[in-house]
Formats: sequence, structure tokens, C-alpha cells
Amino acid sequence: MTQLLLFNITNGLIIGAFYVLMALGISLILNLSNVINFAHGGFLVVGGYIAYTITPYVGFWGALLIAPLLTAIIGFVIERVLVRPLYGRDPLYSLLLTFGLAFIFEDGARFIWGAQGKPVSVPAILAQPLSSELFFVTGYRLFMVVTVAIAVALLFVLLRYTRLGIRIRAGTLDLETVAALGINVGRLRTLNFAVGIYLAGLSGVLAAGQLGLEPTMGTSLLMPSFIAIIVGGVGSLTGTLLGGLLIGVASGITAVFLPAASEAIMYVMMAIVLLIRPRGLLGEEGMMT
Amino acid sequence: MIGKPLSSRRLATLAAIWLILLLAPFWMVPLGGYTALGTRVLVLGLAAMSVNFLLGFTGVLSFGHAAYFGLGAYGAGFALKYLMPSTPLSLLCGTLLGGVAGALLGALIARRRGVYFAMVTIAFGQVFYYIAFQWSSVTGGDDGLRGFARQPLHLGFATIDILSNANAFYYFVLFCVALAVGMMGFILRSPFGRTMVAIRENERRARFLGIPVDRHIWIAFSLSCFFMAFAGALYALVNNFADPRGLHYSQSGDFVMMAVMGGMRSFWGPLLGAAVFVVVQDYLSSITINWMSFIGMLFIAIVLFFPRGLLGFLRRKAQT
Repeated sequence: MTQLLLFNITNGLIIGAFYVLMALGISLILNLSNVINFAHGGFLVVGGYIAYTITPYVGFWGALLIAPLLTAIIGFVIERVLVRPLYGRDPLYSLLLTFGLAFIFEDGARFIWGAQGKPVSVPAILAQPLSSELFFVTGYRLFMVVTVAIAVALLFVLLRYTRLGIRIRAGTLDLETVAALGINVGRLRTLNFAVGIYLAGLSGVLAAGQLGLEPTMGTSLLMPSFIAIIVGGVGSLTGTLLGGLLIGVASGITAVFLPAASEAIMYVMMAIVLLIRPRGLLGEEGMMT
Repeated sequence: MIGKPLSSRRLATLAAIWLILLLAPFWMVPLGGYTALGTRVLVLGLAAMSVNFLLGFTGVLSFGHAAYFGLGAYGAGFALKYLMPSTPLSLLCGTLLGGVAGALLGALIARRRGVYFAMVTIAFGQVFYYIAFQWSSVTGGDDGLRGFARQPLHLGFATIDILSNANAFYYFVLFCVALAVGMMGFILRSPFGRTMVAIRENERRARFLGIPVDRHIWIAFSLSCFFMAFAGALYALVNNFADPRGLHYSQSGDFVMMAVMGGMRSFWGPLLGAAVFVVVQDYLSSITINWMSFIGMLFIAIVLFFPRGLLGFLRRKAQT
């Protein structure tokens, strides 16, 4: 029983780490640009398939470095060409645009790589379990959690200490003042968007190694990410981090006692949070509410 | 357009719209359509108008309205399958199920605004998709709810066979849609409807005028859910089947798109949008398996080039 519980908590943490990576990207874009990026799952799929395609040439480690960057470049171009004209209009329009993009990404992946799932092989060093006692902690899972932790830490360092990060945080609070201080808000939004999409690409590569690749996988990871943001509080990245881990672990624990409800628990948690603390766990009153 | 006295021009437009709808079975078939397509356009058009009741006239974006549409469909299906084989009763049950669920959740959601409102409505909408998908012993799961069929109407003096006679069913649906649309128009012309528009135009000013904005948004949300559920119940009768995908947020996106494509500032725009959307989707899916990409491109094109929708575009053209 203890082992089963431990197994599922570990599972929940790993899944939660995924949600965190996805949700942080969505959160970044939402906070600065007021755009709900429905295509985030699509970018994840793109990242995963790019990794799958280039692995034979550059190996897994090369793909881990290159695929998220390529995804971020695609995101950069899409922001420049399609999303940028919509800033300043009703958020409805950017929502519909990314919604349409999500269709195109999913269908495009199916068109190029086929509807069948693609297995992605990870390096042998990561494939074996750490010990026979804790058979479920394969090296890859540990590696995933560590990678996510490093990525999140780097993101927070970027936001805390670099000029770009400070501008992003300032823009989240008051974009008008930031613009008045002479900062190119358009470029800021583009870079911010690219950083968010980089995280989506990275989740795509990691997900590919763990779950295999399917054109629809992005869509299924999108909704938990939304819930993570709502639970954690819109406007707070730390909240998103907390929200993602919370719902991951909660659904892991629920899987032990009531497997059918392991997804339902996320929605229950969201309803409870909205009832008791409508702004979310770490959300600030008045931000986007 | 809503609320102005009925000018002769408006009366002529209204008469033309109803004439087109009334004669649809006669002009659709020669044009290469079929009556069932017309029935679907009517029902989805009503759904898009219900979304627009909230989006276009209160200015509140719900991206989870498909949930109440789907709940209406399941409600109607349950009533026909387990309760009593009666078409009116199934419509009533479906409307109540979706509407009440919407009103309850609306109370939780109505204080949120903007993108946050949209996100919360999406997430709550997915709850019902998830239930319909998982609870397969009751809902049929992925396969949907089957094993029921719409029943002939008994009017006392006559029986109308809406099951096998496609034209009779079209007119039955048209009658139902007319009732709902009439009620929608009535609400929008009432002081409450004017208040909705006031909130859309300037929420802060409406608040200063002493209008309880949150309560009004909640009522508008609930009303729109009732209309939505009614459309969903009709859709179950159209297909004799309730589909879990009808509850999914991508269906919500389609409804919002129909409203935007037709023109969300106009009362009839969403019906036009639904007609175009259904015909395009029907056509695309018959010629290519990659129709999803084309629908996606259509979304992007509309958003970038026709943000006011077809009616808004035509009206602007007429003005210049």
C-alpha cells in the first residue's frame, strides 16, 4: 500500500512537473499580452515531432537542446505575423486565432508524421530503473523532473535578474508605464511569447520520451494547465508552479483510491478554490479578475 | 438595431428572413442541399445566437457554452430513453438540465471578467465533457447516448410524423427556433436587455448608475444557458443521438466562431454564420481529410480580415 501510494505520488509529481512547464508558458503569455494561447498544446506537439525528426542526426541530447529552440523560433514568427495585429483588440480575437492555430498544428502533425503514435527512444543510460526497490523511478523520470526543475529555476532567474525579465514583470503589472518609459513593448511581447513557446517545445521533447508522440497529445495536456493557472491564481507565476504541482500530486493520490476520479479531482479542486478564494491561491485581487 | 422602433425597412428585412427560412425545404434541394442540412443550420444557428446573446449583447465571452448545449442533448436523450417517449417532454427536460446547471455554475463564475472569465468557463465546461466521457454506464461514454428517437407529435386532433418526414421535422424545428428567437428578441428589447447593452458598452458607468452588474451578468449567463440547452435538446432530436464531443470546448469554439463570422453585434448574424460554417464544414469534410486545417485557416482569416463578421462587413460596405 505504501509503495503503491509512493508510486502514485511520484507519478503525480512527474505529471505535475509537465503541467507546470506547460502552464508557465501559457501564464507568461497570458500575463503580459492578455492572450489565452490555445495553440500551446500545438506547439508542444511541434516540439515533440521536431525532436523525433532530428534525433537520428543529432542524438537525444542534441534534440533536447535544438528542438525547443526551433519551436521558439516558429513561435516568434507566428507572434510577429499573426498575433501582433490583434493586440489592443478584444481578447476574443487572439483566442479564436490561437484556437484555429491549434487545429492547424494538430492536423499538420497528422498530415506530416501520420496519425499513429510514434515511439521515441531515450538514451539507455536513462531507461533503466534506479533500484529494484523503487522500480518505478526510472532514470528518465528522474531526469525529466530535474530538467523541469532546472528550466523553472532558470526562468525565475531570468525574470528576477535580467533586464528582459525585469521588463516582462514590469509590463505584466503596468504595460502603459513601461511603454511610456521608452521600452519597445512590441519587441518585449514577442520575446516573451518566444520564451513561453520555448517552454512548450521543451515539454514536447520531454513528453515524447515519456508518453510517445501523438498529434492529439497537446490537447489533452492543455486543460490541466489551464486548471493549474486558475488554481494558482492568474497573474502569479509562483502560483502557477504551485497549482501545477498540487493538481498533479492530487490526481496521483486519487488514482490510488478511486482511479476513475483521478482527473475529476482537478476540477473539484478548481471549484473549491474558486468558491473559497476566487482569485486563486497566490493571485492578487484585482489582477485580471 | 435592437430596440429601435420597427421601421418599414426593418419589417421588410424581418419578413424576408422568415420567408427564406419558411421556404427553405423548397429552395435548398434544387441548390444541391438537403432538408436535414437546413434543420442542422437552424439548430446550430440558435446555439450561436444563444452564445451571442451573452457575447454580443453583454460583452462577456464564455468559451464553455458547448457544455450546456451538450447537457441539453443528454437531458433530452435521457427523457426519451428512460422517462417517457414524448418529444415535448424531452425538450423540457433537456432545457432544464442544461439551464439549471448553467445557472448554478454561473453564480460561481459571474464575478470574473475578461480572459479570466473565458478560462474559467472553458475549464468548467470540460467538467461535463469529462463526466459524459467517463461515466459510460449512464452516458454511453465515447460512443455517446444512443437508443432513443424523437416521437411523433400528438396534438389531440392530429398526429404529426416528425420522425420519418424530413420536411415536417424541419417545420417543427423552425417553430421551436422561432419561439426561442422571439423570446430572445423580447428580452433584448426589455429594460433588462438595454441594461445588458449598457454593461457591454461601459461596465464602470453601469456600476456607477447603481446597476448590480454581477447579478445582471449572472442572469444573462443563465438565460443564455437555457437557450443553449434548448438548442442542444433539439440537436439530440435531429440526430437521435447525444455526442460527448458536443460538450467539448472545441465545440464551444465553433459556436463562438459562428457568432463572430456572422457578425456578433447583430441579432441575426450568428444564424448567417452558422449557415456558412455548416455548409463549409460539410463541403470540406467531403473533399479532404485535412478539413481541420482549412477550418483553422478560416478562423485565422476571419479574425485577421473580417473581425466584424459578414454582416458587419456588408453594413460597412453599404455605408461607404
